[in-house]
Amino acid sequence: MAKSNAARKAAGAAAASGGKPQLTGVTGGRASLAPDLDKVIHERVRLAIVSALAVNPSLSFNELKSLLTITDGNLSVHARKLEDAGYIDCLKSFAGRVPKTEYRLTPAGRRALERYLAHMEALIRMARGS
Amino acid sequence: MRSPRLHRSTPDSAPEPLQDRALENLRFIRDTMAGASAFTGVPGWGGVGMGVSAIGAAWIAHQQPTVERWLLTWIAEGWLAFAIGGVAMVRKSAAGETPLTSRAGRRFLLAYVPPILAAAVLTLVLYRAGMTALLPGLWLLLYGAAVTTGGAMSVPVVPVMGACFMLVGVVALFLPANAGDLSMALGFGLLHIGFGGWIARRYGG
Repeated sequence: MAKSNAARKAAGAAAASGGKPQLTGVTGGRASLAPDLDKVIHERVRLAIVSALAVNPSLSFNELKSLLTITDGNLSVHARKLEDAGYIDCLKSFAGRVPKTEYRLTPAGRRALERYLAHMEALIRMARGS
Repeated sequence: MRSPRLHRSTPDSAPEPLQDRALENLRFIRDTMAGASAFTGVPGWGGVGMGVSAIGAAWIAHQQPTVERWLLTWIAEGWLAFAIGGVAMVRKSAAGETPLTSRAGRRFLLAYVPPILAAAVLTLVLYRAGMTALLPGLWLLLYGAAVTTGGAMSVPVVPVMGACFMLVGVVALFLPANAGDLSMALGFGLLHIGFGGWIARRYGG
C-alpha cells in the first residue's frame, strides 16, 4: 500500500505543480526522451488499467470494466498486452460455478508506471526550462 | 464512480505541445487513481469502541424510569459514538491513503450523512407523536442505510455491515417495545464490535 501511495502522490504532485519531483531514469535532452517512452502503458486504456491497479491490491475483470466503462473485448485485449509485458498478473478462479478473473499489478508493472510518471515529469520540466 | 476519459482530446488542426500532453497524461493517471480508490478510513477499533459504549448505554437506558430520560440516554450515546467514530475515522484517514478530503472520502460522507440526518428528524417526529417504541428499529435501519450507502465507496465488508444493521433494524421494528434496548445492544453493540474487530484486523485500525 505504501508503494501505491507513492505512485499516487507522484502523479498528483506532478499534475498539480508541473513536475517538481526528482527525476529517476530519464536523462538527456528532448531527442533522447521520446524513444524511451514505454509504448505498452502509453496507450490510454492500458495506462488506466495500470493506474487503477496501482491503488488496489487487485481488481476483478468486472470491476475494471465498470471502472473504465469499456467493453469485455477491449479490456481483454489490453489486459493481455499488459500481461504479456509482465506488468500485470491474471489469476483465474471459480466463485462457485462462476469463473472469476482477478488482475494484480506486478513489481515490473509498478516500476513501469513510475518510469512513465518520471518520463512525463521530465517532458514538463524540459518545456518549462527551455 | 466517474470513469476516466479514455480518448485523448487532440485537435485536428494543430499538434498539441508535448508538455501539455504530458500534463494531461499525469492528470489522467491521478484521476484514474482517485476514481479507483476505495475509502479505507472506516475505523475498526473506533467501531469496537462505539460497540462497547452502546452496550453500556443499552444497560443504562433500560434502567430509566421515563421515556424522556431513556431518549436522552440514547441521544447522549449517539453523540459519544459520533465522537469516538469521528475521531477514529479522521485519525485513520489522515494516516492512510485516502483522507476524508479525498474524492473517495467526500463521496463516502455524501452517501453516509443523509440517512443520519433523516434519522434525527424522524426521531423528533416520532417522539412528538408518542411513537418512541419505533425508535430503536428506525435508528438501526437508517444507520444501516447510511453505512451501506457510504460503504459502497469503501472496502467490501462495510456495506455488509450496513446490511446487517438494517436487518436487525427491521426485526426490531416488529418486536415488542421492551425489546428495544436489547436490539440496540445487539445492533449498535455486538455488530460494531464484531465488524470493527474484523476491519481492524483486515484493513488496519
